[in-house]
Amino acid sequence: MAEKIVYKKPDSLTDKIFSYCWGCGHSTVHKIIAELIDELGMREKTIAVAPVGCAVFAYDFWNFDTTEAAHGRAPVVATAIKRVHPGHLVFSYQGDGDLASIGMAEIIHTANRGENLTIIFINNTNYGMTGGQMAPTTLIGQKTTTSPAGRNIKQNGYPIKMSEMLAQFESVKYVERVKVTNAASVIKAKKAIKKGFLNQLNGTGFSFIEVLSACPANWRMEPLAAKAHIDGVISKYYPVGLIKDIK
Amino acid sequence: MTTGKQLIKGNTAIVEAALDAGCRFYAGYPITPQNEIPETMSWRMPEEGGTFIQAESELISINMVFGASAAGARAMTTSSSPGISLMQEGISYMAGCELPAVLVNVMRGGPGLGNIAPSQSDYFQAVKPGHGDFHIITLAPHNISEMYDYTFDAFDLADKYRIPVMILADGLLGQLMENVELDRSRKPALLNAPKPWALTGASGRKGQRIVSLLMQPGALEKHNMDLNEKYNLIKKNETRHELAGMEKNPEYLIAAFGTCARISKGTMNIAADAGIKTGLFRPITLWPFPYEALKEAAKKVKKVFVFEMNLGQMVEDVRLAVGDDSKIEFYGRPGGGVPTAEELFEFIRGKVK
Repeated sequence: MAEKIVYKKPDSLTDKIFSYCWGCGHSTVHKIIAELIDELGMREKTIAVAPVGCAVFAYDFWNFDTTEAAHGRAPVVATAIKRVHPGHLVFSYQGDGDLASIGMAEIIHTANRGENLTIIFINNTNYGMTGGQMAPTTLIGQKTTTSPAGRNIKQNGYPIKMSEMLAQFESVKYVERVKVTNAASVIKAKKAIKKGFLNQLNGTGFSFIEVLSACPANWRMEPLAAKAHIDGVISKYYPVGLIKDIK
Repeated sequence: MTTGKQLIKGNTAIVEAALDAGCRFYAGYPITPQNEIPETMSWRMPEEGGTFIQAESELISINMVFGASAAGARAMTTSSSPGISLMQEGISYMAGCELPAVLVNVMRGGPGLGNIAPSQSDYFQAVKPGHGDFHIITLAPHNISEMYDYTFDAFDLADKYRIPVMILADGLLGQLMENVELDRSRKPALLNAPKPWALTGASGRKGQRIVSLLMQPGALEKHNMDLNEKYNLIKKNETRHELAGMEKNPEYLIAAFGTCARISKGTMNIAADAGIKTGLFRPITLWPFPYEALKEAAKKVKKVFVFEMNLGQMVEDVRLAVGDDSKIEFYGRPGGGVPTAEELFEFIRGKVK
């Protein structure tokens, strides 16, 4: 009887074991991306831009071409790569400190220029790599190492909703917010990222996928509690679902 | 623009040199006195089939150049002093990632917003250009032919050593029009040299990366040592200077770069008419600085006059080269002040009485 392979590690992943914390969303999203790139047959024509933050090591796990970028600059590094190789699949993968704080100018102008790129935005409401400081996305009242009494509206303003903001730009074609808290939501997240990649490959234009991702270590939560926190609390402020889709 | 004699502006010469050298990616942000470069690039680059992007800040310019270079393209950005400060982050990353690129600083007066007059206020920044233990090659043209030639050469140098190369000009050289003979028949030697490190898609191979982050114990130290080996090779192979007037056994040497060297050539004529023989030492590479050549030239003279359009920056390297502070006389004009040849001569005369 001939063997039929029903599941295997994607070619777009290296053999390196994920070094992310237990319950962290990065490994899930890294794997989804690698599966999609395999499925789209794009491993040899993909160039990714890694952020500064926990996912700075993404290139250790992805078996396709990847560059680092200075903190926040990934969208403009990706812009230039895409302009040089317009037939390639180019995406940036960024956290919320990277994209929504220090890289705000870069993401806004890349979106407004309508670059034919896919941006994957991992929102875990804090700076994970540096030990859990407050980010522009930190929820009201959320305790972090730089907001020990909880985020305070008077001092820090409101958490920024990047997806809703970017959806305002005429040049932005597709925005969806997803989460990776259980099998069903991971399947939805994969669908959204696939759509973002396909939009680029068929020339539709700028696509932005926000992924609500758990940070158990810095949230001081067990992995399952952290995922429940996304389902029960974070997705109330950052509702998941399609925000914009222009054909 | 064609080969042969023509009236051309310094900023325009830089554009044409970059295109002739095979530069096909340019990102830039408006800042005086270099605006003719992005303006001309905006229509000349598409004519040559390349990409022009008006970036939304100098941070974005330099990081676009990072991306284009990582993708294997010959890439350039240009700016003026305050804009170069914003680019220092990207310059450091490119040095760490060993990415070639050409950068132009058409210097203006500083600090801060300063003014828009010609200045040499960024010598320190050009030779010590950012955080971390690294160097970039810096070339200092002193006329419009050299604005073309050095920019053209910079692309091959950048690729040869996988290093950012800066053209350090100033507002005078950027805005000046000169009737110059340009040799546009040259072909860039390394334009088609393979770039196996570039990110072109992992066709038939494993994925590869461009990184400056080296967290394994000892990895960064080794990287720094490897970079240093490269820097030593550049010092050995690429250090350039011009030495003029030594055949007349001058008693005095002028050390100046860029616009100040150009003015100093006028000063040499005035001094000769007054019976004072001077030579000129003009560093062409500011990094690597031609220490040895200057040391030798200085041995043959009584004094070394250092002229700069700042309050004393290159003079520090001159002191290191000469090794005898009693020989050195410095005169500088900061804040956009451009000395005349006569003014520099009067300074010399005052010191040699």
